[in-house]
Amino acid sequence: MMNYHFNFAIVWRYAGKLFDGLLLSLELAAATVAIGMAIGLVLALAELDGPRWLKPLIRAYVEFVRNVPLLLLVYLVFYGVPSAIDLQYDATTSFVATLAIYAGAYLVEILRAGLEAVPKGLIEAGKAIGLTPLGVLVHVRLPTALRIALPSLSNTYVALFKDTSIASAIAVPELAYSMRWIETQTFRTVEVYLIATPIYLLTSYAMLLLLRLAERRYAIAR
Amino acid sequence: MALFFQTLPFLLDGLLTTLLVSVSVVVLSLAIGIPLGCMLVFGPLWARLPIRLYADFVRGVPILVLLYFVYYGLPVIAVNLPSLPAAVVALTAFKTAQIIEIARGAFQSIPVDQMEAAKSIGLTLPDRFVHVLAPQAVRRFLPPFVNSVVDTVKGSSLVSLLGVVDLMLSLQQVIGRTHIALPLYGIGALMYFAINFPLSALSRRLEKRFI
Repeated sequence: MMNYHFNFAIVWRYAGKLFDGLLLSLELAAATVAIGMAIGLVLALAELDGPRWLKPLIRAYVEFVRNVPLLLLVYLVFYGVPSAIDLQYDATTSFVATLAIYAGAYLVEILRAGLEAVPKGLIEAGKAIGLTPLGVLVHVRLPTALRIALPSLSNTYVALFKDTSIASAIAVPELAYSMRWIETQTFRTVEVYLIATPIYLLTSYAMLLLLRLAERRYAIAR
Repeated sequence: MALFFQTLPFLLDGLLTTLLVSVSVVVLSLAIGIPLGCMLVFGPLWARLPIRLYADFVRGVPILVLLYFVYYGLPVIAVNLPSLPAAVVALTAFKTAQIIEIARGAFQSIPVDQMEAAKSIGLTLPDRFVHVLAPQAVRRFLPPFVNSVVDTVKGSSLVSLLGVVDLMLSLQQVIGRTHIALPLYGIGALMYFAINFPLSALSRRLEKRFI
């Protein structure tokens, strides 16, 4: 049974490939978080303060995206959309767009809950010192809402980093793809997984640790 | 429309596999996860430690990597699973870790006073569990659990990458033959939605009612 001879040296030769993969995974996650947060904030504000007819549209977007597999959305955007309309984009762009749309649907909910949890007294205090509605939003509502929402946000960010592995399905050369690529080059399956799995593990826990520190730093004292 | 009726039986076959995988994963992970979750809360340290490590390890790795690991990696130690069982094993390993966490959260959210009150009126440990802890824990367990069933159905689409012909792969195969991509992805999305939306709605109702 255990007559398998480990050979890490061969896999080590491709360390650069793994590093590039990890870097791309992190870039994908960062781009997704940035765009997803923008989508989430705009839609959360639109749902709370916008015209009434917007609300069902935002609900439909959130419910659709949250109840369909990410892999299907990835294929839909990468293979489906260009087949129907005349639009060209590469796999990486396509994946970032898809994951951002996916992230947006989760972030709207978190940010809306955060905005709703901002104490009324605080908003009134903002008005009382003469802030305009925009001033109240920028200086009172958003900072407070983000601090309230931070624990939920950090879980979603880490989940998004893990979801970048799905980009390998459309051959974006991120970490999971590099892993499979090295495996097919060297046939050193176990070694590749023994190296790549801890990379995912350490990265997601490092992210979580940093975010938990931020949570403690920005926690609202009660 | 003709296309729709021609491909429907094929897609339904795939849907059946998706449901089979999802149901097996949910049942197995409940059966393994709930006892482990209870042990994580009430068990001795030597039992809690490995469970904690397991849950943290599995939740730190993408499901896709787990799937590849079980399917492509385990054969090296002579565990040679065909694609469907390998997929179920990997998804169950992931779901079990989540169930452990949900069960732990459900028990730990019950105020300590409840346990003390139960002790002070003279209930024995089994009685305290059955009449005080369990009924409250179930209410807190259900909403996140139903939500995680939605995640299971969504995550089951990844088994297509191991060559299991679920709804996702049967869609890909039909598209490969007909070259009609967008409408078919649309149909597929609606099929997933039809399963998941009622579950999501149920989860929200349970949450409103119980928490």
